[in-house]
Amino acid sequence: MTWVWENLDLIWDRTLDHLILSVPPIILSFVIALPLGWLANRYRLSRGVILTASGLLYAIPSFPMFIVLPALVGTTLRSPLNLVIALTIYGVALMVRVVADGLASVDADVQRSAVAVGFSAWTNFWQVELPLSGPVLLAGLRVVAVSTVSLATVGAVIGAQSLGSLFTDGFQRGIQAEIITGIVATVLLALLLDAALVAAGRLALPWTRARKAVKADARLRPPVEVTP
Amino acid sequence: MIEFRSVSKQFPDGTLAVDDFSLTLPSHRTTVLVGSSGSGKTTLLRMINRMVDPTAGSIEIDGVDIASLEPVKLRRSIGYVMQNSGLLPHRKVVDNVATVPLLRGVPRKKARADALAMLDTVGLDRGLADRYPSQLSGGQQQRVGVARGLAVNPNILLMDEPFGAVDPIVRAELQQELIRLQTELGKTVVFVTHDVDEAFLLGDQVVILQEGGRIAQIGSPADILAHPANDFVASFIGADRGKRALHVERHDGRDVLVDSDGRLAGVLVGDSAPGQVGFSR
Repeated sequence: MTWVWENLDLIWDRTLDHLILSVPPIILSFVIALPLGWLANRYRLSRGVILTASGLLYAIPSFPMFIVLPALVGTTLRSPLNLVIALTIYGVALMVRVVADGLASVDADVQRSAVAVGFSAWTNFWQVELPLSGPVLLAGLRVVAVSTVSLATVGAVIGAQSLGSLFTDGFQRGIQAEIITGIVATVLLALLLDAALVAAGRLALPWTRARKAVKADARLRPPVEVTP
Repeated sequence: MIEFRSVSKQFPDGTLAVDDFSLTLPSHRTTVLVGSSGSGKTTLLRMINRMVDPTAGSIEIDGVDIASLEPVKLRRSIGYVMQNSGLLPHRKVVDNVATVPLLRGVPRKKARADALAMLDTVGLDRGLADRYPSQLSGGQQQRVGVARGLAVNPNILLMDEPFGAVDPIVRAELQQELIRLQTELGKTVVFVTHDVDEAFLLGDQVVILQEGGRIAQIGSPADILAHPANDFVASFIGADRGKRALHVERHDGRDVLVDSDGRLAGVLVGDSAPGQVGFSR
C-alpha cells in the first residue's frame, strides 16, 4: 500500500494517459461503425461482405498489427497514434455488427408508420431508427469500452504510456505492488467508463425506463385476494 | 376527391394485388374498403400516399396526378392511422402528436400547444401528454394515433384497420368517437377493414372487394344490405343468415323481430327517422 501512496502522482498520470488512449477509439469506432452498420443492415449483399470483413478485423493479432500499422499509415513505430488506430479497428470490428443488429431490431410497424406519416429516409434514420436501436447500441458500446480499456494496456509494450506501463515497469523492477496497482486501476477505469455509459444511456433513452416502470407496476399490483 | 383510374399493382414476386381498379372517393365522406385478406384493400390505401406505387393506371387527388408529387411531401399532407397505433415508442404522447407538424417546420412551441389541443379533440386527458406510448392502454394509444393523423389538419385521413387490435368494447367506443369527429371535421376518410359491421357503421360509401381488388359492390350500407349485387356479397355481409336476416313475428299484439338463429333482435317501434333503420335492440 505504501507504494501506492508514494506514487499517487504517477498512477494519476498513467490513468490520464490511459483515458486519452482509450476514449478516442471508443468514440471513433462508434462513429465509423454507424454508416458501415447501416449499410450492412440495408442490403443483403453488403451485409455478408461487411460483417465478414469486420469479423476478420477482430481476428488480427495485436502485435503484428502494431508492427504493420506504422508502415501502412506512415506513423513512427513508437507513436501512440498507432495504438489509437489499432484500438479503433478492434472497436469497429465489434461495433459494426452491433449497429446492424440494432437497426434490424427496430419494430417494422414503427418504421412503416414513420414512412407513412412523412419521415424522409434521412430523418427516419436520425429520429427513428437510431434512437430506437439505442438500447442495443448501448449494450455494444459497453463491451467496446471495456475491451478497449483492457487492450490499451498493451500500449506499454510499444511505448505508449498507459496503466499497462505500471505492470511492465513493475515486472522489470520487481515491484509487486506496482503490478497489482496497474491491474486494479485498469479494472476500475473500465468499470468507471461502463458506469458513465450506463448513466449516459439513462439520459439519452428515457423511454426504456418508462416501459420498465409499467412492468414493475404490473408486478407490484396486489394479487387477487382469496377468502378461505 | 380521390380518383383511382384503371389502377393495377403487380408486386415483384408476380402477385397481382390489384387488377384494373377504378373508383371515385367523394370529398368529406367516409369510404370504407372492406374485404378479406388478399383483397388488396391495404395496397389500395397505401397507393393514396404513395407507400405503394401502381404498376399501371393513375390516382388523382382533386385532379392532380399524385405520381407527379414528391412522396414525402404528399405523405406529410395526408393523415395516416394504422393498426397498433404505429406511435413512436421513444417519444412522449404530445411529441408523437406533434410529429408531422414538426416535420413540416412548425416551431416546436406552437406544435406542442396545438398537439395538446388535439388531445382534447380526440377525447384524451392532457395529463397523458408526457407519458410514453407504452404507458397507455391500447384504446388510448389508438386515440393518440388518430390525433397524430389529424395534427396537420389534412383533407384526407387514411385509416388502415385502426381499431383491429383493441377489445370489442373499446372498439365500439372508438368507432362512435370517429363518427362524432367526422361530423365535426368532415374529412375525406378512407377506411380499410375486414369487419362488415364496422364498414356499415362508419361508411357513407362502402366498397366490397374480392380478390385482386375486384369490386364486388359499391353503395351505401342500406343499398348493399337491401340489394346485394350477387351471392358473394350476400354471403360476405351475411344478409342471408344470423343477425342480419330478420323476420317479424307477432307476439301479444306487438311485432317482434327475430333473426335466423331464432334470437330476438328487438321490437318494431313504428316509422323510422329518415336514413335510420327503425328498430331498437
